Amino acid sequence: MDKAATIGAMAPGHAHEHEHEELGFWRTYVFSQDHKVIGIQYTITGLLFLLFGFTLMMIMRWQLAYPMRPIPFVGNWFGAANAPGGVMLPEFYNQLGAMHGTIMVFLGVVPLAVGGFGNFVMPLQIGAPDMAFPKLNMMSYWVYFIGGVAMLTGFVMPGGAAQSGWTSYPPLSDIATTGQTVWLIGMIFLITSSLLGSINFIVTIVQLRAKGLTFMRLPFFVWAQFVTSFLLLLAFPPLEAAGVLQLMDRLAGTSFFLPSGLVVSGRPLLVSGGGSPLLWQHLFWFLAHPEVYVLILPAMGIVAEVIANNTRKPLWGYRAMVYSVAFLGFMSFIVWAHHMFMTGMGTTMAAFFQTTTMIISIPSVVILTALLLSLWGASIRFTTPMLFALAFLPMFGIGGLTGLPLGLAPSDIHLHDTYYVIGHFHYVVAPGTIFALFAGVYYWFPKATGRKMNETLGAIHFWGSFICINFVFMPMFIQGLGGMNRRMYDGGAQYIHNAGLLKWNIVIGFGAWGLGLFQIPFIINFFSSIKGGKRVGDNPWDATTLEWSAPSPPGHGNFLTEPIVYRGPYEYSVPGADKDFTPQFEPDKEKPGQSGVGRGGQN
Amino acid sequence: MIIPYTVEARPDTGLHNGKLGIWLFLASEVMLFGALFSSYILLRVGAPEWPHHELSVKLGAINTIILISSSVTMVMAWASLKMNDFKKHRLYLLATFALSAFFLVNKYFEYSEHLSKGEGPWHSTFFAIYFTMTGLHGLHILGGMVVMAYFLGPGAGLWKKNPEQFTNRIEITGLYWHFVDLVWIFLFPVLYLL
Repeated sequence: MDKAATIGAMAPGHAHEHEHEELGFWRTYVFSQDHKVIGIQYTITGLLFLLFGFTLMMIMRWQLAYPMRPIPFVGNWFGAANAPGGVMLPEFYNQLGAMHGTIMVFLGVVPLAVGGFGNFVMPLQIGAPDMAFPKLNMMSYWVYFIGGVAMLTGFVMPGGAAQSGWTSYPPLSDIATTGQTVWLIGMIFLITSSLLGSINFIVTIVQLRAKGLTFMRLPFFVWAQFVTSFLLLLAFPPLEAAGVLQLMDRLAGTSFFLPSGLVVSGRPLLVSGGGSPLLWQHLFWFLAHPEVYVLILPAMGIVAEVIANNTRKPLWGYRAMVYSVAFLGFMSFIVWAHHMFMTGMGTTMAAFFQTTTMIISIPSVVILTALLLSLWGASIRFTTPMLFALAFLPMFGIGGLTGLPLGLAPSDIHLHDTYYVIGHFHYVVAPGTIFALFAGVYYWFPKATGRKMNETLGAIHFWGSFICINFVFMPMFIQGLGGMNRRMYDGGAQYIHNAGLLKWNIVIGFGAWGLGLFQIPFIINFFSSIKGGKRVGDNPWDATTLEWSAPSPPGHGNFLTEPIVYRGPYEYSVPGADKDFTPQFEPDKEKPGQSGVGRGGQN
Repeated sequence: MIIPYTVEARPDTGLHNGKLGIWLFLASEVMLFGALFSSYILLRVGAPEWPHHELSVKLGAINTIILISSSVTMVMAWASLKMNDFKKHRLYLLATFALSAFFLVNKYFEYSEHLSKGEGPWHSTFFAIYFTMTGLHGLHILGGMVVMAYFLGPGAGLWKKNPEQFTNRIEITGLYWHFVDLVWIFLFPVLYLL
């Protein structure tokens, strides 16, 4: 506590010191090379994209709940080409669907989890003055930004935005309207941004760790970012290749994904043919399955930090968690074809991929179990970040366990492309990852601004979102088990077997709109706390990791003195210590035989 | 604020930041071209027949020799710096630049000959792959040339200020360049000979 107080007192002096650098407005806030500013840029852009992507879904949910009825309030905004008289056209529904998925995954969650939290928190947690390549870092953000804007321009293209789903399966996507071309160009930008970012992250973690910070003393969040970066680095290039091939198909007249003898609207397509639509699926899922772990690992990292801090206990099984996360990263490269059981790729292939899929569930369960056991016997502080972190556990649990039947070919054949799949991965990503990201926003907000967010508004945000989001995704399991297909413009009303399932669309609709309403307290809280939140010191949560030894907000270069690490990341409630947390940056007391130095992590 | 280990190696990892960065970048490039080569295999295995000897082995072989020589001059450009001979370094770097330009000129003649015969990427799966893969490889050559031009021009001033950092940069450029050569060494047999 003394240390934190001294640093706090020194902070203003430090702030003055770098006004001397005189970078000016543009280089301080817009084209900044400071990892913290870039992290905040990523965070805000990512949150805005999440809001935008979610809004698309709220509009689609009206069409599903009340098919062919004019959309209230906003129906007239879309023009006659998309929604004549406020009633959504099928093509427009497809655009919204494809763009919802793409925006949420590639423009929302990943930039927020990796670009935002990774950039802001990771260098602070390892005691680095900045990222290893600050210019490259700035470039990553702006390439991402351009990619996002390029993708959105699809909405004003003739024929509208991409409408072949976020997976863009050919041949449909090869012959789709111009929106698909800008989707591909946007995607290539996003991939490039991720590549630059991931190289930067790995080099920073390997090279810029503070003195004494061995790998086994890294906070779990850093481990999660480390593995995530490898996934981005190695899984994204094949999608880039696939994107280039599809662009060639669309612009240079090649037939990589167009088979011979394809007939479109009753006419044979005049191409050389000989391509393979399955090739796209392989290349796409070779990225997109590791991508699932890109979505979930940073979230697990955030939850681990918040849980250790609010249980006031070391994480249960830190080493097991680290080995699991590394194993998970490795395995995620050899499970991709479990998305393709329906393609007729043969039973040998299916047998291999369902085996690897069952294996990969083990490390996920290890991590979740370790987090759950960390709660055992703790006197838990129910702060807002902790509420979100606690909700993550059962929500991700539901998401993960409902995935098992999808990983086995026999049950997947029934469930494939139904709402069950939608329910499954949304439980993983929405109340799983996005809740963890909210936990992270509440948890690190004081570090970024020097102020805490309001706890009451936080609790309203949490409980409202928690209840509503279950009304959105739980009914999807019922619909999916009943055989209701995804991507149906009218919710599947023309099929008799859906007759009893359509009523759930209204429940889901109200769940989604309610979820939208409960984000308002968060938006108010976020912006009002920047200037009006309660002022706090450098270490308001009494945490142990290195980022809390820097001033809040940290200046350019982060630390006032070079940080030195003396112990593992989660030394909470150490017996015999004078307070219930022993930070990594606090030297040992002069007591023989009580040294914690040299021990890497706990247990 | 100074970022540590931009020039000197970190003792426990034995690497400076740039070197680790370029190796990681090359790992991602392996995945990029790996995906393309895999696509080639998949499409070829699935094709009922595959054209042979569509390309000029002579031009391809000349380009292979050009690129291998450019790899040698690239190493010499770096080695001359290590031996503190800046003039020689510039000569070798210029040679590498010139060789890569020859490569592209050669490629241009090859492309235009096929295009004039109507054998564009739309012609068949073989030419689709040929143009995509060699095109992407050509872009990599072009990227390398931009970097070399920078070190021949405005980037050369660093040698006076910080010779160690300049040498590091040339080494990194060299690693990239050898990778680009290596890709061609795979492309040549796969497209021209097999």
